[in-house]
Amino acid sequence: MHQVVIANRLTDGIVVFLGREPEWLEGLENCQPAQDAAQAEALLARGAAAEAEQFVVGPELIEVELREGVWVPVKMREAMRSRGPSVRSDLGKQAEN
Amino acid sequence: MYQYDEFDADFVQERAVQFGRQVEDRLAGKITEEQFRPLRLMNGLYLQLHAYMLRINVPYGCLNSTQMRKLAHIARVFDKGYGHLTTRQNMQFNWIKLSDMPAILLELASVEMHGIQSSGNCIRNITADEYAGSAADEIEDPRVYCEILRQWSSLHPEFSFLPRKFKIAVSGSDRDRAVIKAHDIGLRLHKNEAGEAGFEVFVGGGLGRTPFIGKSIRDFLPTQHVLSYCEAILRVYNQLGRRDNKYKARIKILVHEMGADVFGEKVEKEWAEIRETALELADSETARIRGFFAPPAHEKLDDDDSDLAGDPAFATWVEQQTAGHKKPGYTIVNVSCSPVGKPPGDISAAQMDGFADLADTYNFGEMRVTHNQNLVLTDVRKKDLLPLWQKLVTLGLATPNHGLISDTICCPGLDYCALANARSIPLAEKLSERFADQQKQKDIGEIYLNMSGCINACGHHHIGNIGIVGVDKKNSELYQLMLGGSAEEDASLGKILGRGFDEDGIVDAVECVINTYIELREAGEKFIETYRRVGPDPFKEKVYSAPA
Repeated sequence: MHQVVIANRLTDGIVVFLGREPEWLEGLENCQPAQDAAQAEALLARGAAAEAEQFVVGPELIEVELREGVWVPVKMREAMRSRGPSVRSDLGKQAEN
Repeated sequence: MYQYDEFDADFVQERAVQFGRQVEDRLAGKITEEQFRPLRLMNGLYLQLHAYMLRINVPYGCLNSTQMRKLAHIARVFDKGYGHLTTRQNMQFNWIKLSDMPAILLELASVEMHGIQSSGNCIRNITADEYAGSAADEIEDPRVYCEILRQWSSLHPEFSFLPRKFKIAVSGSDRDRAVIKAHDIGLRLHKNEAGEAGFEVFVGGGLGRTPFIGKSIRDFLPTQHVLSYCEAILRVYNQLGRRDNKYKARIKILVHEMGADVFGEKVEKEWAEIRETALELADSETARIRGFFAPPAHEKLDDDDSDLAGDPAFATWVEQQTAGHKKPGYTIVNVSCSPVGKPPGDISAAQMDGFADLADTYNFGEMRVTHNQNLVLTDVRKKDLLPLWQKLVTLGLATPNHGLISDTICCPGLDYCALANARSIPLAEKLSERFADQQKQKDIGEIYLNMSGCINACGHHHIGNIGIVGVDKKNSELYQLMLGGSAEEDASLGKILGRGFDEDGIVDAVECVINTYIELREAGEKFIETYRRVGPDPFKEKVYSAPA
């Protein structure tokens, strides 16, 4: 199972992702998911630290999978957060691509 | 409409500055999210799927053109160019930055607006009949009592931390356009045999995961006692409502478990203690508030409908979108914000600005937001309908679907909401496209189609004649179909017809229900009347015999 941490950025609420690379990213494209439980636990600990530092709100682990060479969330709710509203393709992260 | 006095203006301004400081503390890391969350919710700021969401109160749905232009400005400068009209007659913005909140609240305060008590376990925005003050069938203007209740409930020290949120609605006509029986307290203005105005009081209505229709606990409450009686209800609820389980904390659960008769007795006992206190409304105070809602300067006009024919599209719009006014020569205009194939209730900044101009030109500078996520102009001269319609067409606000199947109530659903399990807006879009043909909609007649993306029922699915609720089933959206609900004076809760459907399947199922109704209806019978006459079985048989 592959996992990343998802959260909302404090200042603007925008959804951000944390993978094994050190920085929070606005998209999953360059995110490197945790590949086992130990890596996931380490990611979540970094997420909690970022919350304690008031950088993000509500960090949690989510499952992702490779589809056509791109990491995407498995659950619909997080898929929506990673793209933007399905009814407005001009809004959210999908609009920036 | 009501205008702030010095106290109101100072209070809202101070509250904006106070929340600005709290935001600064949060951004500086001086307070945690756990500490900040109740503060932001008290000011209407949520954290949703994509960003912060700000809910702004529109007291009992009344807005003036200056306020609407300010909302357009906020949409344009601080959001993504649009807002969303809600079923509590409020407006929400979906893409707010926390760092912009201090500036936004000051902008709002400058036009007598705020988000205070638009969230949290307190008394929320009080809602009313959107035709208030103008309806031909009105007994008395409910806005007077809405404003009195608003002032009483704002930061009420005893009721700021209730077991759960609390919603009040007031109707001033026999026709219930305010959904009073689905509220924690519903107040129905009517007259007794002596011709005096008073309220029938309903309690314990509500939707959500455990829906109930409100029960009448008092046939006639003289209007001067409205505050003391509501205070008595809130006191009983505040003392006895459950705080151990948020899903059982609404007053509807208390009333249901205790029984409306016993609950009513407790209210009467409490009321006897407080009815002759400062809560009793003095005639002078009621008159002072009534003064804010004096009718606009109507002209004396003949009730001439001769100019309303001509262009068939205009005639269709007039027939569908106008309602009876108490003054000859005037009409009420329903303005649809549910165009075919678009999200119900969304309105762009350009539409807000344009609509504010129309309110200035044709409606004494005022407008209403409805619980059906639409807008209303309450005092339009019939002779102005043609130019008004032409301008609404230009703005994309002239869809003639008031009370028809494409005029849906729809929550934001999983496209925006952190609580939702399934999307609802795509369904509303697909259903409005499926039934887009105007002739077909007219043939189907008056019907209310409501949908929610989860059991919390923000889309009022329980009280739609046809209701749809989305659930998550193994990471797939599944939609359940309900029939038989009503939001009006004959309020009823819909019942689930059978197994659920996927997104395409639910659209087909609704069409099958409609076709079955057309087969079964008798002359002049509305959908809800046919359903109540024949029951669910004929619909169930047709819907579930269709190939999967």
